[in-house]
Amino acid sequence: MKRKTEGAKKLTLTELPVGCDARVTNVSGTSRVSRRLMEMGVIPGVDVRVIKMAPFGDPIEVRVRGYSLAMRRSEADGVEVSL
Amino acid sequence: MNDSATNPHITIALAGNPNAGKTTLFNSLTGLKQKVANYPGVTVERKEGPWKLNGVFANLIDLPGLYSLDATSLDEHIARDIITGAQAGTPKPDAIVAVVDATNLERNLYLVMQLFEFGVPVVIALTMIDVFEKEKHEIDVEMLATLLKTPVVTVNAKSGRGKTELEAKIKEVLGTKPTVPYVLEEIEEDGSHGKIFARYNFISSVVQESVWHSDHKQHRLSEKIDRILTHKFFGLVILVAVLLLVFQTIFSWASVPMDLLGMGFGSLAELVRTEMPPGILTDLLADGIIAGVGGVVVFLPQILLLFFFFSLLEDSGYMSRAAFLLDKLMSRVGLHGKAFLPLISSFACAIPGIMATRTIESRRDRFATIMIAPFMSCSARLPVYTLMIAAFFAGQTVFGFISLGAVLMLAMYALGIIVAIAAAFVLKRTLLKAPPPPFLMELPPYRLPNLRTVVQNMLTRAWLFLKRAGTVILAISIILWALMYFPDQAVGPDTAKDCRGYPTGYTLRQCMPSEHLKQSFAGQLGHAIEPVIQPLGFDWKIGVALIASFAAREVLVSTLSIIYNVGKDENEESETLIAAVRDAKTDDGKPVWTPLTALTLMVFFVLAMQCMSTIAVVRRETNSWRWPLFMTAYMTALAYVGAFITYQGGKLLGFG
Repeated sequence: MKRKTEGAKKLTLTELPVGCDARVTNVSGTSRVSRRLMEMGVIPGVDVRVIKMAPFGDPIEVRVRGYSLAMRRSEADGVEVSL
Repeated sequence: MNDSATNPHITIALAGNPNAGKTTLFNSLTGLKQKVANYPGVTVERKEGPWKLNGVFANLIDLPGLYSLDATSLDEHIARDIITGAQAGTPKPDAIVAVVDATNLERNLYLVMQLFEFGVPVVIALTMIDVFEKEKHEIDVEMLATLLKTPVVTVNAKSGRGKTELEAKIKEVLGTKPTVPYVLEEIEEDGSHGKIFARYNFISSVVQESVWHSDHKQHRLSEKIDRILTHKFFGLVILVAVLLLVFQTIFSWASVPMDLLGMGFGSLAELVRTEMPPGILTDLLADGIIAGVGGVVVFLPQILLLFFFFSLLEDSGYMSRAAFLLDKLMSRVGLHGKAFLPLISSFACAIPGIMATRTIESRRDRFATIMIAPFMSCSARLPVYTLMIAAFFAGQTVFGFISLGAVLMLAMYALGIIVAIAAAFVLKRTLLKAPPPPFLMELPPYRLPNLRTVVQNMLTRAWLFLKRAGTVILAISIILWALMYFPDQAVGPDTAKDCRGYPTGYTLRQCMPSEHLKQSFAGQLGHAIEPVIQPLGFDWKIGVALIASFAAREVLVSTLSIIYNVGKDENEESETLIAAVRDAKTDDGKPVWTPLTALTLMVFFVLAMQCMSTIAVVRRETNSWRWPLFMTAYMTALAYVGAFITYQGGKLLGFG
């Protein structure tokens, strides 16, 4: 599960309810996935909104930089946000 | 196309994000003279065509649609190689036209930033400006050009707006060197993605100064449509309805031109027979080439319609929604959401299905999808199912009211699906083992598809199908024909009785086709494999039909017709063929076929890889012989095991 830093629980994109606006604070990891996420515009400081979930709860659709991006929960898990 | 008309000194590349309007612009600039091929050594499609620049033709290369040049996917790798001049056979471009979607400026400009870094002059072609302005946003094009230090031209491929200006700007930048508009040298690649930050930071400042957004409260049309189309429940219902509609139309609409084509090839063969002197050349032309190639070409209407609908669904933005809806289900098996539609389309024919896997970026995922696509019961299996059911299961019911034929038909389709799922599961954990691929997919706004692009896409695919699959089918048809034709023996003493009434000089083939077939090379092959297929309940005659149907499944019906001596023109609905199959006796007087044999044969046909055109297409799409051969081997092995279990199991249970 998500690592905890000094007791403060980090909120990730996965935990964001549908329709909720948030700001990206960190994209964790140096993997290909996080790199690709950032190339698609998901970088710290950018505003995101969860638009909807697919019928089986996964993937999710977010709006970022004016376009819709679909990603699996496993990908969204590495995106830390603050409300 | 006349290559000498192209100025060999000017190469221009067209780059842009998927859905940015790149294809439409490419089509509008090059017209109908584009060429489609694969890059040497890989299966990424390569499109190029002449672009009239200042009176001379430059060569316009369409780079694969991409988001970034960081070379994680094959497409990106190739685009990067072309831009740096590292791709064999493609000269380094003198300039790049970067297609940028005005409604999606920030992310689209990211690729442009990378293009700058490669040091090739760039002209930005700004698309979708009308949509952007309709949404009450404004963009200061001049400011954008100044800030980016590169020309920006607004284009509209449909109206032709900006084409002349684009040409002028390209001429202007040729030979210049672009400046990277932000500090890059000081950024170290230490894994903290500093370059990505620098690019986006710069983009943000550019957009802030050159774009004015109206209030964001205005809901976009796409979001409204998506409330229904990707709804948890209605989204799935609509998806199923769309697919049903597409397949219903394909089957009902395509049958008319398919019948016409079939009749056309029939009369062409007839014409050859009547107009040419009888002889081996006429036989080869009529029975080998025309019948063989015709057997494949009749599927053209289905392929055209399928690609028409697929282009329509793709261009409108619905395809990515389908992948979004189904990714969860597909990923259980280890496949990508994008694999769903290629698999569904394989129920019509595996060839367009396999060609449609190109939307899957990950090579291993794509290959896994290709490897299981032929398990979907394609239309070529229908004649076989129909013949077997009509001969042995007609008129029977289950529970007194459900037709046994319908149940069996459904069972065959289900068997294909179940085996496909199991095969995908195994393949993704063994040969094509890979971590689950990231599912990061843009859901582009819904757009009205450009009919010209759709039709052009459809025609390109159709032409590729005809050209490539056609050449292989031609070769196989000739070989198969020869195997069933030779040796063309004279009438011997033991067969003379049956050939009475035929003029002298006639061969066994003409007066006793079935005896001839028995002695032909194909017949000898049938006898040779008889010990192998005996455990499945098959005799040598079925063996010949099996061998022949490895070229194409529906060949089984015509081969059985020849074998049972009821003439070549009988089709699966023929009462005589059905009767002949039912009444066929072995030498010791026992019936060759029992309902269990029929069921076994159907199971074999569900699982076996019996389609030369599919093998040819897999060879092309995977760019190696390894995969089509592996596919043929493992599917045939599965078919054998499946048929063995069916027959021996059935016998143990007291059937047959």
